[in-house]
Amino acid sequence: MTAPKTLYDKIWDAHVADEAEDGTCLLYIDRHLVHEVTSPQAFEGLRLTHRNVHAPDKTIAVPDHNVPTTLDRAKGIENEESRIQVDALDKNAKDFGIHYYPVSDVRQGIVHIVGPEQGWTLPGMTVVCGDSHTATHGAFGSLAHGIGTSEVEHVLATQTLIQKKSKNMKVEITGKLKPGVTAKDITLAVIGKTGTAGGTGYVIEYCGEAIRDLSMEGRMTVCNMAIEGGARAGLIAPDETTFEYVKGRPHAPKGAAWEQALAYWKTLYTDDDAHFDKVVTLKAEEIEPVVTWGTSPEDVLPISGVVPSPEDFEGGKIEAAKRALDYMGLTPGQKLTDISIDTVFIGSCTNGRIEDLRAVADVVKGKKIKDGIRAMIVPGSGLVRAQAEEEGLADIFEEAGFEWRLAGCSMCLAMNPDQLSEGERCASTSNRNFEGRQGYKGRTHLVSPAMAAAAALTGHLTDVRELM
Amino acid sequence: MEKFEKLQGIAAPMPLVNIDTDMIIPKVFLKTIKRSGLGVNLFDEMRYDRDGNEIPDFVLNKPQYRDTQILVAGDNFGCGSSREHAPWAIADFGIKCVISTSFADIFFSNCFKNGILPIVLPKEQVDILMQDAEKGSNARMTVDLEAQEITTSDGEVFPFEVDSFKKHCLLNGLDDIGLTMEKADAIKSFEDKMAMDRPWV
Ligand code: SF4
Repeated sequence: MTAPKTLYDKIWDAHVADEAEDGTCLLYIDRHLVHEVTSPQAFEGLRLTHRNVHAPDKTIAVPDHNVPTTLDRAKGIENEESRIQVDALDKNAKDFGIHYYPVSDVRQGIVHIVGPEQGWTLPGMTVVCGDSHTATHGAFGSLAHGIGTSEVEHVLATQTLIQKKSKNMKVEITGKLKPGVTAKDITLAVIGKTGTAGGTGYVIEYCGEAIRDLSMEGRMTVCNMAIEGGARAGLIAPDETTFEYVKGRPHAPKGAAWEQALAYWKTLYTDDDAHFDKVVTLKAEEIEPVVTWGTSPEDVLPISGVVPSPEDFEGGKIEAAKRALDYMGLTPGQKLTDISIDTVFIGSCTNGRIEDLRAVADVVKGKKIKDGIRAMIVPGSGLVRAQAEEEGLADIFEEAGFEWRLAGCSMCLAMNPDQLSEGERCASTSNRNFEGRQGYKGRTHLVSPAMAAAAALTGHLTDVRELM
Repeated sequence: MEKFEKLQGIAAPMPLVNIDTDMIIPKVFLKTIKRSGLGVNLFDEMRYDRDGNEIPDFVLNKPQYRDTQILVAGDNFGCGSSREHAPWAIADFGIKCVISTSFADIFFSNCFKNGILPIVLPKEQVDILMQDAEKGSNARMTVDLEAQEITTSDGEVFPFEVDSFKKHCLLNGLDDIGLTMEKADAIKSFEDKMAMDRPWV
């Protein structure tokens, strides 16, 4: 009998193309996703060494970080450097013959939303992209992680990566979530508990009843932020919810191939008694809607809490907390719900999918956002946008006073003109609250879409359950 | 890639924890399509004010740290975005070695691809090296990759661990892609087998 394996062990073993004596492996890559920011130097490297893309049919590119999200974007990108990057991707995709969704294509969007939407991401695959939030695709039970540009070039040239295996970590969320609590709250609560380095060296498998109960959209939100917990990747074992989502997508297998794939996917689970090097358990009932108060995703508190004081921490974190409070302009002891905000950003690869937009619509339907608040909704892809329009969500947003944008990364990292100004405070559904992330000296509070919607209505951080 | 030879140089202290890649190189500098020239913008928002003037208090702006080659940093260095612009900027500045209690995964592996040696040591040892770095330009630290040893300016020696394959590549300045391409047969036979087992991929 073979030793019991975790889901990660199984996917890893199925992709080792070569193993050296010291355990360094060549891991075969099934899908390589590419965007405009981290790829130009890799393609340049290929040209300089006269190398080709090894498997163009497994390589998918889409511009997302730099693209304008205003309705007039057909007129082109104003910022010269941004335009050069997008033009470079246009050219590289054409020259090397890889799959491409240009800005003008309705299927364009954030790379981590487009991959699953088009059926490129399937259970049991290895998926990489020059982007740390590649972890998102782990929601399908695929091993997905971010890589640097040198590795992008390596995968382009060889369809493999030089890797050593990580350790196994289990994050179990038992029981059922309370109303008003979402996948975003789960993933932030986990990071709040483990810290941003708690997952370093590990691949996390998320499991437990609360995870099983999540839709694919929710699972993608959870896995998306595995990287914020330091993990190499986050995984969720595929099940009927997964198969249902995948079936019929443009690049999902069809007919006999579907049956064959399905039989294989059903073997992708962690065996009883498989070994985990680290286990973390949270009770779903104890998770409240959360917000971040500081400049690290681990600075998480329940919305009912108060701003902490540096003395609440230990070691290097004391200095970091002082700096964060100063940067965020907050006073220890202040109630989180007393923090007023200027801006609301709803979107990103964490929360830019249709279910996220429905959650926002539920909260704001028939209401108006607070006077003076800038609030924008940026769908994760052109197809999410189209669906939201078809479902009547876009009308709800516009009537409430939101700007309804075109797809892209937008204010998640503010590489395009969507930025916070100095001191501007934002409730954001994105994944990083680092200094300057959403604009120079901008202040970010990470929240779920429902909580962002609530903040837009009241003008301050708000417990969405009070509006339900 | 440049070979990593024995390094003797100035070490700068950056005790802040969770220094992320947005701090190392802010996103405005990601719009380049080249790898070089990012050194002047390393730690940009901590290093310059809005008008582009140097902030004198920032460690790398102090006269004694201008030629820093080694960085001693707080826990979880390099977390956040996978941007390889971070190690490019570090290398372009002239820093060849970063020492901390822990690094974020992707950043850690990106370092090796760019001739930078990231070293993980226990907290007590990092604290001692941090104090050594505080001494400024008179104190030179030595990093010997071959022997896997760091020597402080006082002559105290700390051994460190490094992955043998990565060490080999750094010492010899080897290019990963070239090495992998020598294994083309193994990749081909994997692909043949996959075409049978998982044809939908
Ligand atoms: S939405 Fe934000 S986190 Fe996601 S890929 Fe774009 S920039 Fe990165």
